[in-house]
Amino acid sequence: MYIIKFMLNDLDRRILRHLQLDPGRSVAALAEAANTTSAVCARRLARMKQNGVVLGQEAVIDWRVLGYAVEVSLRVSLDKTQTRAFDDFITAARLVPEVIEIQTFLGRVDVRLSVIARDMIHYQHLYRTRILTLPHIADIEALMQVALIKSEEVLPI
Amino acid sequence: MTELDDLDRSLLAALRGDCTQAIGALARELGVSQPVAWRRVKRLYDLGVIKARRVYLDHDKLGFGVTVFLGIKLASKGRVSLEDFERAVKAIPEVQMVEHVLGLYDYRLRVVARDISDFERILRRRVMTLPGVGDVEANVLLSEERRPGPLDQSTGVYTKVDRAIPLGAG
Repeated sequence: MYIIKFMLNDLDRRILRHLQLDPGRSVAALAEAANTTSAVCARRLARMKQNGVVLGQEAVIDWRVLGYAVEVSLRVSLDKTQTRAFDDFITAARLVPEVIEIQTFLGRVDVRLSVIARDMIHYQHLYRTRILTLPHIADIEALMQVALIKSEEVLPI
Repeated sequence: MTELDDLDRSLLAALRGDCTQAIGALARELGVSQPVAWRRVKRLYDLGVIKARRVYLDHDKLGFGVTVFLGIKLASKGRVSLEDFERAVKAIPEVQMVEHVLGLYDYRLRVVARDISDFERILRRRVMTLPGVGDVEANVLLSEERRPGPLDQSTGVYTKVDRAIPLGAG
């Protein structure tokens, strides 16, 4: 059913494992950890970027440090009698700067938004003026983040 | 709380898109000297504004075709400590993220699997056997988009639309 188009060898997997654990390290340090030379490591990495296995390396922002103390997960059910419900909703949600993540699902939840706010008053304001006004919402449910226990997003390669 | 100026925000937005780019080129692009850019970037890391660097991999190409979010309600709060649950759930390699939440569920989990039958194995053998697990709800991720966040509010310097990362549907 699924043809693996990108044959990764053991070295590629080793490089990815170490890269995931510490994406900030230099190619030289990565090469050493993966037990190869810098030149080979750089070539392998470039190849994996070129064929799209590695999509990107990004800095992760800590919004709490910037004064956004509240993070809420909003689980939205859409009115599916509207044929453009998903497109309209997502297009409108993209215009809200405090929405930092948009995910779509197969299941009881249709779309999930991660929303950040400076405090509960700010959140209340956003919720009323920017979120509840988004199109085609049938039902909405909030989960407030208390603590992030694990956040690695490391693939067990 | 840390206050950022326009230069900080521009640097942050750029690094958020790609943290491997050369600071020298970035400095030229923003019209500041290289030492100034270096100092600002270092400050963003030192203050913890940038808390980590992350590599994004194409899950499908690496054989992980399915990402599922689980909402978990604990069955017996008090009898099983939250610490026991958290320790056990953190040790499952396929669980990428664990979030303690308030609301309908107690925890949110992000789980990666090779396919649906692999997910079933993880659910039955590893998740359902966690201490204190009660109600479990599963939603299969279809698409995911990370947004730049409120960086461009006061300046409008960064309005680039983020790319969407397609997931699942292998």
